[in-house]
Amino acid sequence: MASSCRRPEHMAPPEIVSIIIFFNERITSRMIEIQSQMSERAVELLNLPEDQSCFLLDVGCGSGLSGDYLSEEGHYWVGVDISTAMLNVALDRDVEGDLVLGDMGEGMPFRAGTFDGCISISALQWLCNADKKTHSPPKRLYTFFSTLYSSLARGARAVFQLYPENSEQLELITSQAMKAGFSGGMVVDYPNSTKAKKFFLCLFAGVSANLPKGLGTESADKGVPSQVQFTGQRSRFKNMKGKSAKKGKDWVLEKKERRRRQGREVRADTKYTARQRRPHF
Amino acid sequence: MCICILYLNVLSRISGSQATEVKVSEVEFNPNFVSRMIPKLEWSALVQAADGLGHLQDLPTELIADYEANEDFLRKVHRVLLEVEVLEGCLQCPESGREFPITRGVPNMLLNEEEA
Repeated sequence: MASSCRRPEHMAPPEIVSIIIFFNERITSRMIEIQSQMSERAVELLNLPEDQSCFLLDVGCGSGLSGDYLSEEGHYWVGVDISTAMLNVALDRDVEGDLVLGDMGEGMPFRAGTFDGCISISALQWLCNADKKTHSPPKRLYTFFSTLYSSLARGARAVFQLYPENSEQLELITSQAMKAGFSGGMVVDYPNSTKAKKFFLCLFAGVSANLPKGLGTESADKGVPSQVQFTGQRSRFKNMKGKSAKKGKDWVLEKKERRRRQGREVRADTKYTARQRRPHF
Repeated sequence: MCICILYLNVLSRISGSQATEVKVSEVEFNPNFVSRMIPKLEWSALVQAADGLGHLQDLPTELIADYEANEDFLRKVHRVLLEVEVLEGCLQCPESGREFPITRGVPNMLLNEEEA
């Protein structure tokens, strides 16, 4: 959404930030293109039945860019956003979906089993900040996920495109989603490219399924995870940069390989390579 | 706002006491979609709201059996669900009486400090 500010959720509450951005920046065609691509990928991850018009929820729909893609695909949708300014833009753009002014953290006000799927582009990170003293991010996350869970039809999916700030934030989000009854995990597209890398939190309501594979992972380093299943354990993301953390055997072998690629003279690998030495060595 | 989402809203009553502005537009008929939406609705609430807006017309007060194949019936549901829109009005919670205003077709579901 913002190109001049990497973390808009740190600036101010969402309804203020969206006004600032709207008036200060041109919405470039590149931004629209990126939004559209992310919406397309999110819908792909929803795994909807082919050739069927579905009823979808777009959380944090904003000016309706992602909603437009849903309409193009023949789906009917409801968009929820906290910003009146953004919703007014959506109305002026004559989006086909229905709009609701609401706060994700207060819960999704829909009857049980309403939606065949849910997408959310660049909106979930807003729930992780407390904009008011009375806000408790974990509580708001749980309220959001539990009401979302009930508003989804059995077997439906919710796909969230987000830019995780750190592993603690991801941990908070996934733990609340699990508490609310969801299963699923993170799908990472192009994990090796800083520019193209995208994170999609893929949640299943009611049925377990295999996590879809991230794009651009066929020739990926074995050390870089392209999917992260919910494990319930606290796992520190040691391998986020794709290198082994400790100076173990893997690290030594990788380093030797790197130096060979650089054209340096490197000793051949033998059974003694990176073997544990006795303490006095 | 399309009347569709009202019945899908936990609060299912439209308050007729406020000045209500309704718009009817033409929307492409998708019988398959309408058919799949019907089980998600609370039929009596749909009828009540349509009636309150003055757009009940010939919509049956009871849900008929075997509606999937009944194009005539599906068209009636389509009209009420997708073509009748509430532009200005109110959603009311049947239990607390709390009203949520609708402006330009968008219901304001934001809670107050005390309610959150």
